[in-house]
Amino acid sequence: MAFDAQAERNFKVVGTRVARPDGIDKVTGKAAYGADISAPGMLHGRILRSPHAHARIVSIDTSAAEALAGVKAVVTGADLAQPEDEGFADVAINCLARDKVLYDGHAVAAVAATSKSIAKQAIRLIKVDYAVLPHVTDVDAAMKPDAPVVQEGRALETVPAGMSQNVTTHCQFGHGDLDAGFAKADKIIERSFKTAATHQGYIEPQACMASLGSDGRGEVWCCTQGQYMVRANCAAVLGVEESQLRITSSEIGGGFGGKTSTFIEPVALALSRKAGKPVKIVMTRDEVLKATGPTISSSMDIKIGMTKDGRITAARGELRYSGGAYPNATVDMGAQAAFAAYDLEAVETVGWNAMTNRPKEIPYRAPGAPTSIYAVESVVDELCQELGLDPLDVRLLNAARKGTLSSYGPTFNDIGLVATLEAAKAHPHYTAPLGPNQGRGLSCGFWFNFGGNTCVSLNINDDGTVGVVEGNPDIGGSRASISMMAAEELGVPYDKVRTVIADTSSLGFNDITDGSRVTFAVGLATIEAARAAIKEMCRRIAKIWDIDEDAVIWEDGCAKPAGPNAGTHPPMSLAEIAAIAGNTGGPIAGHHEVNADGAGVSFGVHLCDTEVDPETGATKILRYTVFQDAGKAVHPDYVEGQMQGGAVQGIGWALNEEYIYGEDGRLQNAGFLDYRVPVASDLPDIETVILEIPNPGHPYGVRGVGETPIVPPLAAIANAVSRAAGVRMTELPMSPPRLLKAMTG
Amino acid sequence: MRYVKPESFEAAATLLRDEDGTSRILAGGTDVLVQLKAEMVEPDLMVDMKHLPGMRDIAAENGGFRVGAAVSGAEMGEHTALKAMWPGVVEGVELIGSSQVQSRATMAGNLCTGSPAGDSVPAMVTAGAVARVQSPDGVRDVPVIDIPTGPGKNSLAKGEFITSIFLPARPDNASDAYLRFIPRTEMDIAVSSAAVSLELDGNGVVATAHVAVGAVAPTVLLVKDAGDALIGSKLDDAAIASLVSVVEAACNPITDKRGTIEFRTKTAGVLAKRAAHIAYARAGGQA
Repeated sequence: MAFDAQAERNFKVVGTRVARPDGIDKVTGKAAYGADISAPGMLHGRILRSPHAHARIVSIDTSAAEALAGVKAVVTGADLAQPEDEGFADVAINCLARDKVLYDGHAVAAVAATSKSIAKQAIRLIKVDYAVLPHVTDVDAAMKPDAPVVQEGRALETVPAGMSQNVTTHCQFGHGDLDAGFAKADKIIERSFKTAATHQGYIEPQACMASLGSDGRGEVWCCTQGQYMVRANCAAVLGVEESQLRITSSEIGGGFGGKTSTFIEPVALALSRKAGKPVKIVMTRDEVLKATGPTISSSMDIKIGMTKDGRITAARGELRYSGGAYPNATVDMGAQAAFAAYDLEAVETVGWNAMTNRPKEIPYRAPGAPTSIYAVESVVDELCQELGLDPLDVRLLNAARKGTLSSYGPTFNDIGLVATLEAAKAHPHYTAPLGPNQGRGLSCGFWFNFGGNTCVSLNINDDGTVGVVEGNPDIGGSRASISMMAAEELGVPYDKVRTVIADTSSLGFNDITDGSRVTFAVGLATIEAARAAIKEMCRRIAKIWDIDEDAVIWEDGCAKPAGPNAGTHPPMSLAEIAAIAGNTGGPIAGHHEVNADGAGVSFGVHLCDTEVDPETGATKILRYTVFQDAGKAVHPDYVEGQMQGGAVQGIGWALNEEYIYGEDGRLQNAGFLDYRVPVASDLPDIETVILEIPNPGHPYGVRGVGETPIVPPLAAIANAVSRAAGVRMTELPMSPPRLLKAMTG
Repeated sequence: MRYVKPESFEAAATLLRDEDGTSRILAGGTDVLVQLKAEMVEPDLMVDMKHLPGMRDIAAENGGFRVGAAVSGAEMGEHTALKAMWPGVVEGVELIGSSQVQSRATMAGNLCTGSPAGDSVPAMVTAGAVARVQSPDGVRDVPVIDIPTGPGKNSLAKGEFITSIFLPARPDNASDAYLRFIPRTEMDIAVSSAAVSLELDGNGVVATAHVAVGAVAPTVLLVKDAGDALIGSKLDDAAIASLVSVVEAACNPITDKRGTIEFRTKTAGVLAKRAAHIAYARAGGQA
């Protein structure tokens, strides 16, 4: 759907900072999250998890648990279906293991009991006989031919023969003559990098309440980024039809991609089916860190050649990602994104995925891109240092722009990278003086963005208000933005519109809230739905005025005669039209169904100043500025919030967050004490500069903004720390012990 | 689990002595409730002490202060005279947990938990603080340094608990300081820590000095030679270098997820140095 061809659109609602619709409920504690729903007769579910990184399940004896008073059901993997589809099969064995446990924390069995304490006792009565197997948690170790094999027979055809069976994915992107390119370089730097797996760190643990009756009909209330995804997974794993399951998404306490899969809903349904009662399962933080999905861990080699005046002549990257115990395609996205910010004559990116005995990777904001771009932007920064070049000028010199053949294939349309770089260069941050032990780093970031399957219904209520029904959980302010776009299009005030999120039985299929797609795609569908409603209102009024339909126009929330030839009818407002809808043909609604294209890629540039304590290796973030092309910023507060939030999560990733595994393959830091997300006092105010380069694929020019902001921080901080410390850091996190060791040799 | 609110210290001690199962004492509760929530322990008996006389009081005594075992970190931080006399002790207590935890967490609980990384312990040790211990047989006073015996362990016998901690009087021209290293800026556990308490003569020369380090051994260490290294100096470079090397030599840490032996040793020396400079400035010394 094309950008509206209007020279200068005068937005009335879009672009303002209206009050968020969920604000009062959230600050007063009224908002209902996943764990907040209960039902009569409800049981409490609890899951038994593997203490081993890798083991064969010899037997499971649940008899003692079943015999305990108050226990109403016990389930194991044998109680779930075995879907033929590999993706659903992975969901099933991740919900409850079948033959093997694949990581520390892998679910093995579950109970439902009349109280939490009985459920806890029952779990302890389940006897699992394990045959412990050798394990592997490091990606490089997992790729070695003699590594313990996590799962057999999962490699794609693209993987060359003779590699470890852990290697499941091989991909390659690029163009041009690398050898010729490197031959033209005055300076070539080749470096290897490693990054630890990090968790999305949402504050609300996964929680659900589920009921499945003997008639095969089920209900699930859960905290998710996609109720239709939950429906599909549950239907496949339980062996029931989608129409029989109604999934309602709760208010959501953070997702960041981490709630785009299911862990507990099928288990709760299986327990409920057996017990004949509703079952609630609420994960603990320990379970969230051990058994929901962190992002990938990585090991990467980057080689870039540059002329002495800063032109990149050739670039090559080799990425080895591990997304835990199951195959995944995250490395493809990492490989495609790695060099996207550059206009290159010769570039190649090669990616590998290897399975390890870690939990199943689940997307985390721009999955795959932060790590590969961290490695690339670190080498570009080091080249600038070595050649004595300004790192912003070098990026401008090599920047991708409209018409650039991207490193992953497509040719770019209108993109905002150059404008974003120029904004960074003009900002006072870039030239502010630095003190001793301080350094400044910058990095570009990129994300594809996504559109996807979307349904919206828009109802004109009889009192002249408007209801929008959409199907994507709101993790970043989408209800406000959607109401704003509906108000804008209809010409009514924002507070006349209420947007609600439908359950799976009330609206057609919607893709999950991912890919920064919702404000773009649902917004687009909302505008189209509003236009359909407007068309209907104009048609009704044309009948009353007895003129042609196209002689009625919609302006300022009213139907008006198109010109003097259409007559002198006084305008009729939306409310006036709504009030008489029963007499003009019945209720008025608009709807739109689309697989939205044209999401429009997104670029950002982050600037960061750090100070490193040379005696302790402690890093302080002194100043941080985010520049991003947001397309049209529908609600600037939310856009800034996304930019700040991404920067903060990136700061955690860069400095302290990591999955730490012991020699025994067990996770050592499954809690927020030793899995260190930043706290407020760790952070400066994150400054934001929004650039609004309209996305040609959206009527208002909207682009997704939610993922790009987590891409640049890793390199921006690593470059700032490396310059402040006087030593190039190539491993994340740059925790104080690691940094002090690098500084003191 | 039985929850009991005894009427006297004696009754509490007897209850605890006579309990056959697992018991826990509730003062601030900031460790016990976390242990319950994390299912690390299921005590048979929980004895609440907060209401007993003196438990919530900070009282002047012999020129110093007696701090009840249920006095919270926030209450200590708001006590101007206590903070003026022992700023290092108070800043150590105030580093425990978040603002919310501060409204409950206690110095005595932090001591009895027996963590080598306890934030209030090093400065209590350098202050020469004394714990008043109630036992089924009566009351005794025990130097704070003798309470912890290893990670999660203390020297108190069954039926014994701390009712207050006494911080003695300190002369003019004296002060203390506590610093810890954490990867973040708050809500964390010390990777290493150091407290320094010192007293100056009329010329700004260190007359007495005590140095303790935390999280670098199974218990907090009082490093006598480190204090001695400062005596007779105005914290000149040689005295500080000597302090750092003595502290580093005293460290006996482990490598774990929070830090390496090398890192803990190095930062303990750095923190002792920095704490010494702060304590010296607070005592009125001019470098």
